[in-house]
Amino acid sequence: MMSFILRRLIQTLIVIGALSFFCFYLMSLMPGDPVDMMISSNPNMTSEDVSRLRELYGLDQPVYKRYLNWVSTLAQGDLGYSRTYRVPVTEILGPRLWNTFILSGLSLIFSLLVAIPLGVFAALNQGKKLDYFINFFAFAGISLPSFWLAIVLILIFAVQIPLFPASGTMSVGTDMTSFEGFFDRIKYLILPTLSLSFMSIGSFVRFTRSSMLEAMRNDYIRTARAKGLSRSRVLIVHGFRNALLPLITVVALSFSSLFSGAVITETVFAYQGVGQLVLASIQSNDFNVAMVSFMISVSMVLTMNLVADLLYGVADPRITYV
Amino acid sequence: MSEPLLQVEGLETTFFTKAGALKALDGVSYTIHRGEVLGIVGESGCGKSVTSYSLMGLLDHPGKVTGGRALLNGVDLLSLTEEEYQKVRAKKIAMIFQEPMTALNPVLTIGQQIDEQLFQHTDLTPAQARKHSIEMLAKVGIPSPEERYSNYPHQLSGGMRQRAMIAMALALGPEFLIADEPTTALDVTIQAQILELFQSLQKEMGMTVQFITHDLGVISEISDRVMVMYAGRSAELAPTEELFRSPRHPYTASLVRSIPVLGQRVDRLPTIEGVVPSLMERPDGCAFQNRCPYQTAECAQAVPPFTELSPGHFVACFHPLEAK
Repeated sequence: MMSFILRRLIQTLIVIGALSFFCFYLMSLMPGDPVDMMISSNPNMTSEDVSRLRELYGLDQPVYKRYLNWVSTLAQGDLGYSRTYRVPVTEILGPRLWNTFILSGLSLIFSLLVAIPLGVFAALNQGKKLDYFINFFAFAGISLPSFWLAIVLILIFAVQIPLFPASGTMSVGTDMTSFEGFFDRIKYLILPTLSLSFMSIGSFVRFTRSSMLEAMRNDYIRTARAKGLSRSRVLIVHGFRNALLPLITVVALSFSSLFSGAVITETVFAYQGVGQLVLASIQSNDFNVAMVSFMISVSMVLTMNLVADLLYGVADPRITYV
Repeated sequence: MSEPLLQVEGLETTFFTKAGALKALDGVSYTIHRGEVLGIVGESGCGKSVTSYSLMGLLDHPGKVTGGRALLNGVDLLSLTEEEYQKVRAKKIAMIFQEPMTALNPVLTIGQQIDEQLFQHTDLTPAQARKHSIEMLAKVGIPSPEERYSNYPHQLSGGMRQRAMIAMALALGPEFLIADEPTTALDVTIQAQILELFQSLQKEMGMTVQFITHDLGVISEISDRVMVMYAGRSAELAPTEELFRSPRHPYTASLVRSIPVLGQRVDRLPTIEGVVPSLMERPDGCAFQNRCPYQTAECAQAVPPFTELSPGHFVACFHPLEAK
C-alpha cells in the first residue's frame, strides 16, 4: 500500500513537471509580454529601456532557460510576484484559493446529498412516472448553462425576493472570526453554491441511477432476497454498497472539474475565487499568477485521481495495491 | 410413502413482456415428500429455474405467477405477501444458486453474508451468530473456517464458494431446500465433491430437496424421484430408477437414449430432431408434437393431461410408451 502511494506520488510529480513546462511554453506563445504591457502604459519608453527591461526580467532568453529559472525560484519557495496586483503571488492567490475551495467543496457536498437519494429513487422506480420526472430534471440540470441559471437565481432570490446578496464574497467590514461573520459568509455562498451544484446534481443523478440499476441486476441481489432480508437491507447493504464503487471515480474527478469550472459562477456572482483570478491573469499577461494557478489545477486533478484510486481500494475488497 | 411437504398444482407463470404475455410455466404439478430429493431435469429454458423462483417469490419484473397453488405444509406460498415471504425465506425454504461466483456479494465477507440472515430471523448476538456461522462453515467441509469467515468471496475457490453458499442456505435449518443447478458451474472433480457433501448433509439433516439440473448423470445419482420438464410443462414424473429403466414419455425416452454408455462405442449419439419451440410459438396441444415420432392429430388438439399411469408414475402424453 505504502509503496503504491509512493509510486503514484512520484508519477504524479513527473506529470506535474511535464505539464508545467507545457503550460509555460503555451504562455510564452501568447502575443505580447509584460514589457509590452508596460510600453502601452508608458508611451515615453525608449527602445533602450525596452531591451534593458527585457534583459532584466530575462525575457530575452529562450523558453527553456526561462522555464528553468522559474522552476529554480519556485523550488526556493518563491512563487513570484503578481505584476497586476503588485504583491507576491501567495498573498493574492491564498485567500482566493480558499474561497474557491469552500465554494466547490460545499457544492460537492450539496450535490451528493441531493443527487444520491434521487438517483437511487429513480433506479428503484425505473420506467415509472417518478423516474421520468427525476430524469427530466437531471437532464435539465446538465443542459442549462450555468451563467443563465446564475442570473435567474439572482433575479429571483436577490432581486424579486431579496433573501440573499446578489454578488460578492462577504459584507465589507464583517469580523470573520465571529458568528455573524460565519453566517455572513454562508449568506453569500448560497446562491453561487446552488448555481454551481445544478449541473453536477444532474450528472450525479444519472450516474447513481445507472450504477444502482446495474447493481440491482446482479445475482447476489437475488441471493440476498432469498435469505429473507428486509427490502431496505437488500437495497442499501447489497445494492447501494455495490453501486457506490463506480460513483467514487466520478465524484472524485468531478471535484477537480468543479474547482476549475467555478470560473463562470465566480464571475457572475463577483465571487473572489481563483477561477476569476486565473482568467484575469491570463488576459493581462500576469504570468506568475497564471502559472501557479495552472499548477494548482493540475495538482488538483492528479490528487483527486489518486484519492479515487485509494478510496476504491477501501470500498472494494477485490482491489489491493502492491 | 410419507406425507407430502410441498404440493405444487398447475403452477402457471407468465412474463408480461413488450412482445406480449409469455407463459414460461403452463401447468407444472408435482409433490415432494418429507425427506425426499426430487430432481427436476429439462433443457435450458424449459422453466426449471422459473419454477424455483416462483416458489421463492423471487421472480423478477415482468414475471408473475398467474395460476396454481404451491402448498408448503398446507400454506399456499403463492398467496404470501412480500413481508410474509421475508419470514418464510431462509427459515422455511432456502435456495442455492448456480453461479457461486456471482451469487455472493463481492464486497461483504463470507461471515457477514451468513450472519446477516441470522440477525434478520433470530435474536442471536453478534458473537453467537459468528459462532454459529463458523460451525456451519465447518459443517460443509471448509478448512480453517475461522479464517474463511472473514474472507471475501473472491479469496475462495469456486468449490469453496459453493460450499459457503450451501452453509448460508442451511444456516437457519430450513425444511425445504431448492438447489438450482448447484454443480453446473463447477469442474467435474469439484462437482463430485459437492454432490457427495450434499447427499451426506441431506441425510444428516433429513432435508427435503428440490434439485434442479440438466445433467442426467447428476440427477440419477442424487434424487429419489425425477420430474422431466418440457417447454414449461411437467412431462413425466417417476421414481429415479423407474424413469431411467422405463421412460414412458417419448421425450424422456429420447433423453435417456442420448446418454452415452461407458465402454460402448457409437458413431453418433442419438439426438432429438428439431429444437424446443420458443414460448412465443408454442403450438396448441402438446408442446413436443413437432419433434415426436408418435405424433397424431390428437396431439395438436389438446394439451395431454398429466396422469398417473401406474402408481407414482405420471406422464403427460396421449401415446405413452409401454412399460418395460
